[in-house]
Amino acid sequence: MPEAAAPLLAAEGITRRFGGLAALTDVSFGIGRGEIYGLIGPNGAGKTTLFNVLTGLYSLDAGVFRLDGKTMGSVMPDQVATLGIARTFQNIRLFGNLSALENVMIGRHLRTRAGVWGAVMRTAATRAEEAETEARAHALLEFVGIGERANDMARNLPYGAQRRLEIARALATEPKLLALDEPAAGMNATEKQSLRRLLETIRASGTTILLIEHDMRLVMGLCDRVLVLNHGRRIAEGAPADVQRDPTVIGAYLGGTHREAATT
Amino acid sequence: MSGAQGRRFPPWVGVVLVTIALVALPFALMQAGTAWVRITNFAILFVILSIGLNIVVGFAGLLDLGYIAFYAVGAYVYALLASPFFGLHWPFWAILPIGALVACGFGVLLGAPTLKLRGDYLAIVTLGFGEIVRILLNNLSEPFNLTNGPKGISSIDPVSVFGLSLGGTTKVAGFAIPDAVKYYFLLIVLLVAVIVVALRLQNSRIGRAWEAIREDEVAARAMGIDTTRVKLLAFALGAAFGGVAGGLFAAIQGFISPESFVLNESVMVLAMVVLGGMGNVWGVVLGALLLSFAPELLRYTIEPAQRALFGKSLVDSEVLRMLLFGAAMVAMMRFRPAGLLPSAVRKRELARLAQDDNA
Repeated sequence: MPEAAAPLLAAEGITRRFGGLAALTDVSFGIGRGEIYGLIGPNGAGKTTLFNVLTGLYSLDAGVFRLDGKTMGSVMPDQVATLGIARTFQNIRLFGNLSALENVMIGRHLRTRAGVWGAVMRTAATRAEEAETEARAHALLEFVGIGERANDMARNLPYGAQRRLEIARALATEPKLLALDEPAAGMNATEKQSLRRLLETIRASGTTILLIEHDMRLVMGLCDRVLVLNHGRRIAEGAPADVQRDPTVIGAYLGGTHREAATT
Repeated sequence: MSGAQGRRFPPWVGVVLVTIALVALPFALMQAGTAWVRITNFAILFVILSIGLNIVVGFAGLLDLGYIAFYAVGAYVYALLASPFFGLHWPFWAILPIGALVACGFGVLLGAPTLKLRGDYLAIVTLGFGEIVRILLNNLSEPFNLTNGPKGISSIDPVSVFGLSLGGTTKVAGFAIPDAVKYYFLLIVLLVAVIVVALRLQNSRIGRAWEAIREDEVAARAMGIDTTRVKLLAFALGAAFGGVAGGLFAAIQGFISPESFVLNESVMVLAMVVLGGMGNVWGVVLGALLLSFAPELLRYTIEPAQRALFGKSLVDSEVLRMLLFGAAMVAMMRFRPAGLLPSAVRKRELARLAQDDNA
């Protein structure tokens, strides 16, 4: 499994509290280039919180993220996207009243330049950029397998297609790291299979993936390495097969010393 | 918008026909009285205002109840730079961009502190902003007299285009062309420009960013859209349209005072946008024309109608006019809540709300 010397994303001592609740305590990990890195743990373990601090939605109480060796500091969500981290949301957040194509075109926003002047004057540069944006958006929709739904309203799409559209929109920002928050939630076995193929294709095209997922079969089959969180702490990390046998992990999922964690 | 209707005729036929109609209109209206041309001119001013407000409210989804403040700013910039008040008489084409720019500045001034606000809270702050501007205009007469207070500024220069003054009557080949008709043509040219700008903005990278913010701000930011910048841009551009309309208003009227820029006017412009169909430029044009003309039509029909029916005037026409107006608005919200020409998006949003209510 590729654990490169300089990881694409390094997290060191990530800590986030909500009042008296420590949602994340001193979490460290590194994601190598081209890896599919899983993030698992029982409900309430802090997975989504970790996602939200990584993508700038929440601020950090302590710790630091390094992307490509550069410290990210406390950045706003839009800057995170500019730096090269694109995300999807656990509860899908598409621009529901816009077409699938427009959704992906909006994803191109930060990689395009046209301003007010270009828009109003329809300069040659703007027209070329618009055409390119549209062509790339079409290509991305094809890539995730919903090319024929380009002109459908995002919220009229079936559930699986909405998940795919969110991935296409995130890919449109040309991320180094694609962060997916439970992309397989609510999918049936066939859909999960094709999602898995899609994620493997994305990885093959050079994008690193960070994946929160509940479906253990998907995680175990897809991820190169997984990080297990429980009560906001890192309890294990490694190859899926090893993690699966780890008694702490089994305890966290099946109860034992942390019975309440499995039920919340 | 353009390609769809040209099925039987090439598109230029439509353009030519509309142009002929627009050129002929003021001369037809003159048959009913020059007053109608003036009414049309003010209707066009309100169309420009509505298109500007639509950028903020319709495209970016930010409610603004103080929009008339930008109209006021544009009007006062024109009045101060082209009247005996300061003894300045700058040409119209120089002042118009300045007015737009100053209004832009005020747009940013309003936008910056309200970036984190949405919905009701934003409405309250913008409402306050509109009032602040009006009160400032009323009181900035001392220690330094900038606005001349409630007395307003008079003797504002008429617009002059290529040496032709648009004020007063011009004789062309024996025809007397009154100032209203000349202004009409200036306003139509500007209106076409404003519509083109609005349509192009909507259908651009910036327009899409506005839509993204309206739809889901969190997702928009996750896509790398700098929501601060994009929102300020909406406020600034919307304000610029208001500033242009204000400058024209000052030039046409020749006199302005804070009284012209009361809250009522803000509400009226917003009503035009909502009535026509938020987010749809053509809908907004229709809404503004209807709400501008309807009261005037009523004014000229109610009084004679009452005399014919009862032999005397029972209810003051002004009272009845407002009553009918209110009733029409209520009916409108009941039967066509998305506006007369709803934008496709807005229609879907309302359908979803109805679904949620039923569920």
